[in-house]
Formats: sequence, structure tokens, C-alpha cells
Amino acid sequence: MRSMLYASAAALALACVSTAQAQDTVKIGVILPYSGQFADGAKQMDAGIKLYMKLNGDTVAGKKIEIIRKDVAGPQPPVAKRLAQELVVRDNVDILAGFLLTPNAMAAADISAEAKKFMVIMNAATSIITTKSNYSVRTSFTLPQVSATLGSWAVKNGVKKAYTMVSDYGPGHDAETSFQGAIKASGGEVVGSVRMAVANPDFSAYVQRAKDLNPESIFVFIPGGSQPAAIGKAFAERGVDVSKTKIMGTGELTDDSALANMGDNALGVITAWTYDHNHKSALNEKFVAEYRKDNNGENPNFFVAGGYDGMHLIYEALKKTAGKTDGEALVNAAKGMKWESPRGPMMIDPETRDVVQTIYIRKVEKVGGKLVNVEFDKVENVKDPVKAAMKNN
Amino acid sequence: MTVLDPAHTMTPQTYMQQLSRWRALEIAFWLATLLPFWLFPTYLSLASQIAITALFALSLDLILGYAGIVSLGHAAFFGLGAYSAGIFTKFVWGEPFSGLLVAALVAGVVGYASSFIISRFRHLTLIMITLGLGLLLHEAANSASWLTGGSDGLQGVSIQPVFGVFKFDLYGYTAYGYALGILFLCFLFTRHLINSPFGLALRGIRENFTRMPAIGADSRAHIRKVYTISAIIAGIAGGILAQTTETVALEVLSFERSADVLVMLVLGGAGRLYGGLIGAAVFLIARDQFSGINPQYWYFWIGVLLVVVVMLLPNGILGGLSKLTARWRRT
Repeated sequence: MRSMLYASAAALALACVSTAQAQDTVKIGVILPYSGQFADGAKQMDAGIKLYMKLNGDTVAGKKIEIIRKDVAGPQPPVAKRLAQELVVRDNVDILAGFLLTPNAMAAADISAEAKKFMVIMNAATSIITTKSNYSVRTSFTLPQVSATLGSWAVKNGVKKAYTMVSDYGPGHDAETSFQGAIKASGGEVVGSVRMAVANPDFSAYVQRAKDLNPESIFVFIPGGSQPAAIGKAFAERGVDVSKTKIMGTGELTDDSALANMGDNALGVITAWTYDHNHKSALNEKFVAEYRKDNNGENPNFFVAGGYDGMHLIYEALKKTAGKTDGEALVNAAKGMKWESPRGPMMIDPETRDVVQTIYIRKVEKVGGKLVNVEFDKVENVKDPVKAAMKNN
Repeated sequence: MTVLDPAHTMTPQTYMQQLSRWRALEIAFWLATLLPFWLFPTYLSLASQIAITALFALSLDLILGYAGIVSLGHAAFFGLGAYSAGIFTKFVWGEPFSGLLVAALVAGVVGYASSFIISRFRHLTLIMITLGLGLLLHEAANSASWLTGGSDGLQGVSIQPVFGVFKFDLYGYTAYGYALGILFLCFLFTRHLINSPFGLALRGIRENFTRMPAIGADSRAHIRKVYTISAIIAGIAGGILAQTTETVALEVLSFERSADVLVMLVLGGAGRLYGGLIGAAVFLIARDQFSGINPQYWYFWIGVLLVVVVMLLPNGILGGLSKLTARWRRT
């Protein structure tokens, strides 16, 4: 009976394969949390995907691109895995893409590895994700890539002592480890650290404790949303003087909506990040203008850039394989690929299949009466430090 | 179906016998669960998640539907089972059935320990206590990220073939067969339990907690027992999820999972053996279909479905059906 089951399954799979080839389409299954707590990010990434297809057409290498969208509704790996499985066996997609959240990307990577399907991770930022499937590529960033870069940049630029404040969950622990590691490796010193409850509306006690130590600098990692405003308020209320104590963090701390909520409390905050809509380049200006046109004048953020660059990678890889869609061909085409993105020069590391890019150091300033992340320094060709360290061991 | 009819006088023995007799409809139901293998081979991974969720709903039905213990934190045991099975598989070995035994054991021990608190309280207090217990475990799993993987999820769970023969495949044949088989075994056990004098005592406790001791049944002891059994079944359900998806995330312990399973049970019909099973199937299939049509706003339609079912069928889908058949028999 089992052999009969397998035979019928195989026959079905074959039937699907032949119809897909006959239609000459490339199917991309996009798995994102379209509903629930993370819906905003999913919407923005989806808008990035749509924008790329609008600007570059929906035909590549003679094949039509078809997107199939699936909602995973939050960090739910069993659902993500099932959706990836169904996209492969039922919808017969050629490529898996999307993935805002790490656990979902990890679960779907199993399917990518098993079914040998090309997989493009457009946001999820934990280092190890790309090691789970040899057919996966990332176009966003890794959290250590950003925070370790900030750590070594700080020491090189005269900050010798740092205090760290992170949210007490996976990404927070990652940011803490890589920032502290970079500070120590560059000859700096960590004078103290605290882990804060994740859903925390009031930071005054934590900020007071930090202030009592009077550190030279404070590194902050918190999830976006309402928290940046709350911590900005706490810094202002407890009288932390930004001219004496440098406040540093990753881009979430001062993204557009956070700046709107923080107000002048944000002035002088230094962050390291991959993309900001104020980045000066002809390509980015066009990108921002086009995005605003389709999205009620909103500015694109790093989610949009991740989706946009992910689609670029897929298009270019398909061009290189002349429309061939098997995982092996596509991932080989993607390895070592270089391009100019709205965020600057990008490359896919041929060894780790992870993104290599410029990390910008920005400071919040008032430009024309508006708070803006002004880029004033950058570190080029940054690789993911975690995988680089793995290789050296 | 399970209400004593005073018009027909019968001895308790024949009443119990009648309760546990298999009906044709039941046999048809279980045969129908095999249909996806042939009719919907590309839906097998959904089918296996339905089977797992149905088992979880069955465990909640035992305490809520039969003993009247309201729980808003039942995912605690589901999650405990999932993490135990996942961690056991990762660090000890990947044989599936021993993993499930560990899941059952851990969930059972914690269930038994907490049953001493549970059996002392009723109603609103119970909701708060079970909710608190659930949140506590969720936070514990989050902070113990060295063991559980925290918000990244537990990685490196690699499961061996069932009976050493059936590998977990891409289509989900093995996953569904495995989940369905265990669901059926647990169902047989629950069915037997419910149609025993113990099951009758539970229904008595649900109807009147304080009067039961007067007829010689110790309500608290019974609640401790059924709560532990329910925890074990929930743990097994969680264990299957961990094994078939080869990962565990904090979501297994989340409040949403506790709330969803409650919704499914109410949807299907609480206090009926098949209520949780039907509810889980209806809820998950509706979710899959609605979100397939519109990935962004499907929750709206789930809301509509819930309101309609609760308004028109206060005793759930099965309650409505049995009322309908009763009316049809009378005419």
C-alpha cells in the first residue's frame, strides 16, 4: 500500500512539474506574517517586492514571474514549515522567499534543503539561518553584522568604555554578545550591562542604574514600536547628557516612526544600520520617490530594501541561469553576485551565501526642522562576524 | 446523547453499556480520517496539524467539557510536551515513541503537581491561575535560551523513522499516519474513561461541585486525576508537533495557543467526545482556506464564522447537529 501511495504521489508531482514547465512561469512562494503583530513589516517588505516588479517588469529570461503569498501570522515555525511544504508539493513553486522572523526562516530552511529549492531570506537576521540550507541566500543583514561593527567603530573613534542595555530575548542577547565582543576585541572595556524585560513600557529604573555608573557610552538594543520613545523619554527625564554620555544603538532605535515619537530626545543618538531613506545616491533617490508614489508618501525602510534587493537577486540569478529554476543552478548563480542597491554596494559571500554590505554610522540631527539620521561615517564590505569566527575555529 | 432520559427507565449497567457502544457514525468518522491519504495527498501536512490540534482539544475537553475546569493556560502542557520531546530528541536520541513517553511524563508530573492548586478553585480564580501558570512557563522557556533556543526556537531536532522504517517525508505521509494513529489511541482511552463511572462522576462535578462529596465522590481527588490525565494528553500532542516539525518555538507556550484551542472546543461543542476533533478541523481548514484567499484580512472571516456559530449553535457544531437529528427523529 505504501508503494502505491508513493507512486501516486510521484505521479502527481510529475504532473505538476510538467504543467509548470509548459506554462513557462517561475513561481515564487512568499511566506510572511501578513496578519498579527508583525503585519506592518510584512506589508513593507511586500511593497518592496511589488515595487521591484513594477520597475523591472514581471518577465525574466522569457519566463513570467508569479508570486504566491502565504500568511504565517507570527513566529510560528510549524505553520511556516507546513506552508513551505505545501508551496513545494502543491503549488510547485520554484523559489521560497520572504521570511521576516528567524524561527520561521529556520523551519522553512528544512524544506528548502530537502526539496533542493532556492530560498531567499529577505529579513530574518540571526546569523546561523543560512547554514541550515545550502540553497538559501540572505539579502537583509545579520544583527551581529551591525552591532559588532558599531562596537569596533566606537573604540576606534575614542570610546573606550561602554555600558550595554538590551531587551532580554534572543536578538537582544545576540546584539549584547557581538557588541561587547567587538568592544573587548578592539581594546575597549565593558563597564556593566543589563537585560531588560521585552515588553517593557518604563525604562527609568534601568536608565538610572546606568547613569549612576556615569559611563562614557551606553549601547541600547530594543525592539522597535513604542519602546524607542519610552527609552528616549527615560534618558531625558533622568538627565543623561548626550554630549557627555554617547548613546549608541542599532537602526531600530531611531527609525522613522521612533524618531516621530522620541522628538528632540533623539538628538545626538548614534546608530549603525544598513539602510536609511536619506542615503545619498541617485539610485536611492529614485527608489524613495517611486516608493512614496505608491505608498501614500511614506518613506521606505529596511524591510522594503530587504524585499527589493531579494527580488533583484532572484531576477539576476534567473538571467544568469537563462530561466533554469533548479535550486543548484540558482544558488550557484547567486553566489558572489555583486550589485548596486539603493542602500549602496552589495555582494553575496560565495562561501556563506550571506550578504556583504556597507554599514553606515549615523547621528540624529535636525535638518530643516526635521529629525534625520545623518550618515557621517561608514564601514565597507562588512561580512557576518559570527560565520567568519566559525570558519577560523 | 449523554443525558439520562427519565422516560426510559433502565438499570445503571445497561445505561453504561449503551454509552460505550460504538455507533455506525463513529466508525464512519474514523474511516473518513483516512481519506486524505488518497483524496488530498498535498494537504497531508495540514491534516497532521489538524490531528495534533484535535488531540490537544480532546485533552482540554476532558477537563473543561466534562469536569467543568476552565483553563486559559492549557498550552503550558502542550508546550512542556513539545519542549521535552524536542530536547530529548536533540540530546538523547531520535526514536519517536520514547520521545513521546518523555513528553507525557514531564507534562504529567507538572500537571499532577499543579492539580493540587487547580482542584481548590473554581471559575474566575481558575482562569487567572491557569493563565498565570501558562505565562510563567512561557517566560521560563524564553529565559532558558541555552536549553530552548529562546525566541529563535529549538534547533537541531532530528527524528528517526517511525518503527525504524517510515521516514518523515516531504509530503507528510508519515507525519499524518503517526499523528492520526496516536490521536486514535488517545481517543480510545479517553472514550473508555468518559464512559466509565469515573466519567460520570466528572459530569457530576461539572454540574454540582459541592454536592458530589455528599454521594461519596471526592470532587478534589477526581479533579486531580483528570487534570493529570489531561496534561499528559496535551503533552503528547505537543510532543508530536515537535517531532513532526523538527523544531519547537516559544509559540507552543503562548496565550494564543491556549485561547485558540478553547475557541476550537467551543466551536465544535464542549462536553462531547468529538467536539474538539470537529472544532479543530473546522477552525484549521477555515483558517487555511481564508488565508489562502486573502493573506492579510482573513481573521475577519474567522471572526464572522465564530460569531455565527456561537449565535446560532450555542452548544457548538455538534450540539446543533444533535438537536437537529433529535427533531428529525421526533417528526
